[in-house]
Order: sequence, then C-alpha cells, then structure tokens
Amino acid sequence: MTASLTIRGLVKEYKPGQPVLKGIDLEFDGAGLTAIIGASGTGKSTLIRCINRLVEPTAGEIIFAGEDIAKLRRGELRNARRRIGMVFQEYNLVERLSVMENLLTGRLGYTGAWQAWLRRFPAADIERSFALLETVGLASFADQRADSLSGGQRQRVGIARALMQEPRLMLADEPTSSLDPKTSVEIMTLLKEQGAAQGIPVIVNMHDVELSRRFADRIIGMKDGMVAFDGPPAELDHAMLKHIYGGEGWLH
Amino acid sequence: MNAVPREWHRYTSGQRLARFTFYFFIVAAVVASARTVEIIPEFLYDAPEQMKDLLTRMWPPEFRYYPDGIHDALIETIHIASLGTLLSIFIALPFGLLAARNLTPSPTLNYLAKLVLVSSRSVNSLVWALLFVGIFGPGALAGTLAIAFRSVGFVGKLVGEALEETPRGPIEALEAAGASTGQRVWYGYWPQIRPAFWSIVLLRWDINVRESAVLGLVGAGGIGMAMQAAIDLFQWERVAMILLSIFIIVIVAEIAVTALRKRIL
Ligand SMILES: Nc1ncnc2c1ncn2[C@@H]1O[C@H](COP(=O)(O)OP(=O)(O)O)[C@@H](O)[C@H]1O
Ligand SMILES: [Mg+2]
Repeated sequence: MTASLTIRGLVKEYKPGQPVLKGIDLEFDGAGLTAIIGASGTGKSTLIRCINRLVEPTAGEIIFAGEDIAKLRRGELRNARRRIGMVFQEYNLVERLSVMENLLTGRLGYTGAWQAWLRRFPAADIERSFALLETVGLASFADQRADSLSGGQRQRVGIARALMQEPRLMLADEPTSSLDPKTSVEIMTLLKEQGAAQGIPVIVNMHDVELSRRFADRIIGMKDGMVAFDGPPAELDHAMLKHIYGGEGWLH
Repeated sequence: MNAVPREWHRYTSGQRLARFTFYFFIVAAVVASARTVEIIPEFLYDAPEQMKDLLTRMWPPEFRYYPDGIHDALIETIHIASLGTLLSIFIALPFGLLAARNLTPSPTLNYLAKLVLVSSRSVNSLVWALLFVGIFGPGALAGTLAIAFRSVGFVGKLVGEALEETPRGPIEALEAAGASTGQRVWYGYWPQIRPAFWSIVLLRWDINVRESAVLGLVGAGGIGMAMQAAIDLFQWERVAMILLSIFIIVIVAEIAVTALRKRIL
C-alpha cells in the first residue's frame, strides 16, 4: 500500500530568506495517530497548515491521494481539501449558527452553490449529521447555537464537522490546548477512536508531552523547523526531550 | 546614594511639542474664522425680535391643516426614506464586500470600492437631490434616489468594517473544508455580521427619515415640499403644523429603531 500522505522537501518562508520549515520529509500511511511536539514557535502549526494549504508552502511536495497538493489550482485545491478534515485549537465554529448547521458546513465542498444557498442538503448528509452527533455525544444539541456550548462540547462539534467531510486524513492543531485535563483526554480519545474507525491517519499538534505519549502511535519532535525525532513514544527519552525543548528543569 | 531622583513624565518632550502645536493651531483657527465670518451687528440685534414675531405668527399650530396635504406628504416622506434605504442596500453590498480587505484580497479593488463609498458620503443628500431633480424633474423619485445614493456610502462603509471585524477562525475552517468563496460569505461572514447589518440599516433608515423631510426644500418630494409651499404663502400656522408633524415622526422613528435594535443585538 502506498502512503496516504508524503511530504518531501517542504520549506516555508514567511519572510524571504528566513525559513520557518527547513526541508521536511515525512510519510504517513494507514491509520494511527501521530503527535507532533516541539517548543512553541518551531513551526508545528505552519507544518500542519501547509498540508491543506491554509499556509502556502514556499517549496516542496505534499502528495496526497496521488496528487501534489502544493501544485493544485483553486478548484482542484477545494476538491482535495474536502478529503482533509481539520480540527482547531479555538474550535472555529461559526458561533451564530446552530450545531446542525455547523456540521453541515463540513459538506459544503460537496454541495452545489444553489443547494448551499437554500440550505438544501441531501438527505444522506442530514442523516450523517445526526449519526455523528450521536457518536460525539451531542445528539440533543442539534438545534442549539454553537455559542451556547462549553469548550469541550464545541470541540466535539469541531470533530464531528471534520468527520462530515468523510476525510481520508485528519489534521488537528493543538485541539486540547484550550481545554481542562479531563476534557482533553476525552477529546483525544474521540480523535483516536474516530481515526481508527475511519481507518485514516490522524496528525495532531500538541504541546503536552504526557498526553502525546499516552495517545500517539508515533511521535514527531520538531526543533528549529526540522524533524529532530520520529519514532514510537517508547523511544522518546529524556535526552531527546531535553534536545527538543532545551533545558531540563521542567522534566522532573 | 541615589543622588538624582528618577523622573517620570506622562508625555515625552516630542509628544508635548506635538500637543502644544495641536492646541495652538486650534486656537489660531478659531480666531481666524471669527474674523472672516462677517457678522452684521444690525441683523444680530434685530434677531430676537424677528424670532418672537415669527413664533407668535406660528402659534398655535393649526391641526385642521393636517388631513389637507400634510398627511399625504408625510407618508410620501416615509416612502422616500424606506425605498431609498432599501435601494441603497442593494447598491452598497457589493461595494462593502469589495472594500473588506479580508474578503477581497486585492488592494486595488479595496481602494476603488472605498473611493466609491467615500464619494457617495462626501456629497450631501441635498446636493444629490438637486442633481436628481435636474435629471428626473421634481418629485419623490428624485428624493428616493438622493437618499439611496447618499446612504450607499454609509451602509457600504459600515458593512465593510463589520466584515473586516469578523473573526478569521471560522472562515478558515470553512476554507479547510473546501467551501467556495460564495459559500464562505453565506455560511461564515453573513451569520457573523447579520446583527450588525440590520442595526446599520435601521440606523440609516432613521437618519433617512430626517433627511427626506428636508429634501422637499429643493423639490425632491415629501413633507419638505409642503413646507416650502406653506412658507411661500406665509401660512405660518400651517408651517408650524408641518414642523410638529416632522418632529413627531422623527421621534416615533427613533423610538421604533431603538426598540428594534435592542432586539437584534
Ligand atoms: N502568518 C505569519 N506570518 C509571519 N510569521 C509567522 C506567521 N505564522 C507563524 N509565523 C512564525 O513562524 C514561526 C513558527 O510559528 P508556528 O508554526 O505557529 O509555530 P508553533 O505552532 O510550533 O508554535 C514563528 O516564529 C512565528 O512567529
Ligand atoms: Mg501552533
């Protein structure tokens, strides 16, 4: 089986001559949750946002489903993005829309302009929304406005919205950083379970090392815009953490 | 030990200089304008007497006049204000969308849209009315267009600003899901600016009720035209009745708008 996502020589410079990502090569295949860790400012968000081109890569290839996403034009890019779900730290729900409407926005990439304008989604989409709301434990919240939910509930809606896309890849940028420890564990469990259920790779940026050890099948440690560690959680030792984050007082 | 006490000033010396210059020019401007505006003392001494004379002629307002010409003109005024506001929304929206930098990532288009909006605002509605009376002749059509063209700048500018203030995150989420630009506007921007939008429209309608009452003075229909006629005929009690009607309608509009805006926000 070929890899579901291959990143080759990825470089990103926000300012010319000052690369934030300095040539990243990575492969992701099959299912499994990968945690990307690293000190803040090392380019974790930039990396994950280059994958669906919320950030334009400066150089390199991002091969997903046989296409180089970095080279796609507008319409093609929209089609590719439909297959990549994304979960955000600040949930990024449309606050003034209902939970149901937020879920349905996950289908917009598949919906014609006219149907979208009239909010006429296919019956199958509606069915899928209700099913996913049950999956994430918010079945009775369909008609509530998103801004009436708690942080944990919002993130569940965020995950359900991403799953509405029937994604072949799931990205999450610090999905638990605004949540309390207990809710964080619940959200990570949900992400991991759903990734396994759909049989897709899940890539999660995290700053909590313990949480990533607990949930990840693979950990990528980033330092100064490069991959410093790539392996199973068991191999991530103190020496490596010290290298990635610098200092060691915080380790004890 | 600490020989030199440490000092702290609210402003740096540069800031102090700037502030002094600013106030200096304000005072200079007031003095200069007072000299240029030539006030004729005789007219000034006379003013209170003239005022008293006018008021006694106007008092009491004659309610009999209301059904005769005033009521219909008042309704026409409201029609001018409402239709003009409605029309302005349709013209303003595209420019508002183009002016918002986050939605339209082209500085040239932003600039052109803002230019159109500023032009609309920089022309007083009375001047717009003169223009349209010239083109379409006197009447409510000229008034409606004048109101609409003056409101485009107001509505467009504020809608553009509301768009620019919408949080980026939700829009980005839609983008990541493969939504097109139109879908992002409809599902991302519109729900977030909707309260602001209706609030802007109501506010403008309120202003337009006041403005359209005046437009008749240059022949653009509505209650102002009735007032102009009454002044020309020296029917001061009728003028008083018209002023009273305008006053009441403006208050009613204000109360209605305040109540509605409270419900929206
Ligand atoms: N839009 C941007 N414009 C310019 N610089 C940016 C932008 N986004 C991020 N950066 C810079 O890129 C670096 C990496 O940022 P980021 O990817 O957010 O790191 P992380 O997610 O690991 O904290 C930081 O130095 C940050 O200042
Ligand atoms: Mg980040």
